[in-house]
Amino acid sequence: MNIHELHAKLIAAARKHPPGEQVPYAFEKRILSHLAALPAPNPWALWGRPLWRAAISCVAITVLCGLWAAATHSSTDEAGNFSQDFEAAVFAPMSEHIEDAW
Amino acid sequence: MFRLFLPEPWWQIGTMEPTEAELISAARNGDSASFEPLIKKYQGRVFATARRYARRESEVEDIVQEVFIKAFQKLDGFRGEAPFEHWLMRVAVRTCYDFLRSHQRNRETAFTELSEPESDWLDRFVVEPDNASEDAEAARQLIEKVLSRLSPPARLVITLLEIEEKSVREIAEMTGWSVPLVKVRAFRARAEMRKILSQISKDKYL
Repeated sequence: MNIHELHAKLIAAARKHPPGEQVPYAFEKRILSHLAALPAPNPWALWGRPLWRAAISCVAITVLCGLWAAATHSSTDEAGNFSQDFEAAVFAPMSEHIEDAW
Repeated sequence: MFRLFLPEPWWQIGTMEPTEAELISAARNGDSASFEPLIKKYQGRVFATARRYARRESEVEDIVQEVFIKAFQKLDGFRGEAPFEHWLMRVAVRTCYDFLRSHQRNRETAFTELSEPESDWLDRFVVEPDNASEDAEAARQLIEKVLSRLSPPARLVITLLEIEEKSVREIAEMTGWSVPLVKVRAFRARAEMRKILSQISKDKYL
């Protein structure tokens, strides 16, 4: 049996017998009654899902930042020294001026 | 009598048949009654589409109902760039595909006995292929049986590409698949169908 020919023949048969477009009586009323029974969209529910997603990502970022800060703070005390040195350097002219004034 | 020559009074302006765009706009604002003319206009085509994938009439009705409910709920997604009918048919095809996937387990896994007319038609095809007419009801029943054995993506692709003769690009738009994916699925679907046809011939003649 030639399978390719059978395939083509059956596809041609399907093309020659398209399904009907007949519709049951007053079918649109059935759909409309379902539409009327649908619950009204709740704006809070619409907002809820994106807000929850945003909250989860915010919490994740906060946790990651916290972990990173804790890890860098405990491993390098030089960071604290640097900030003190930086502060002293910035306020140096001012403190000199104050000392001179006294 | 004089009214014939008078311009349309302001209170009668807008009492003409609303356009499709106006109906869609009203339905978008939650007015389900405005959706009724759209249902009436397109339900025949949606029924025909659903009948390609579901055999029982109750299943067909459920699919059509779901298509229109989804369409009503997702009207905001209709941008009006393409005709409403195209957008609706996209919703219909995707709903039919969901139906096929959800009923995948009920798909015929073993070939039920061929009916006598189907068997006769196959015999005629084997002896003299030109004499086996594709107009025959037996051929239609046989292709329906073969399609019911295909996997959901294969059935969808064979139906759209070969039976409805849509282009690969059109199928990609309707299904939401990429063009290469449609091509791959079409290749696999044809192979799947040939395998089923080989199985039929093996069962019948060996």
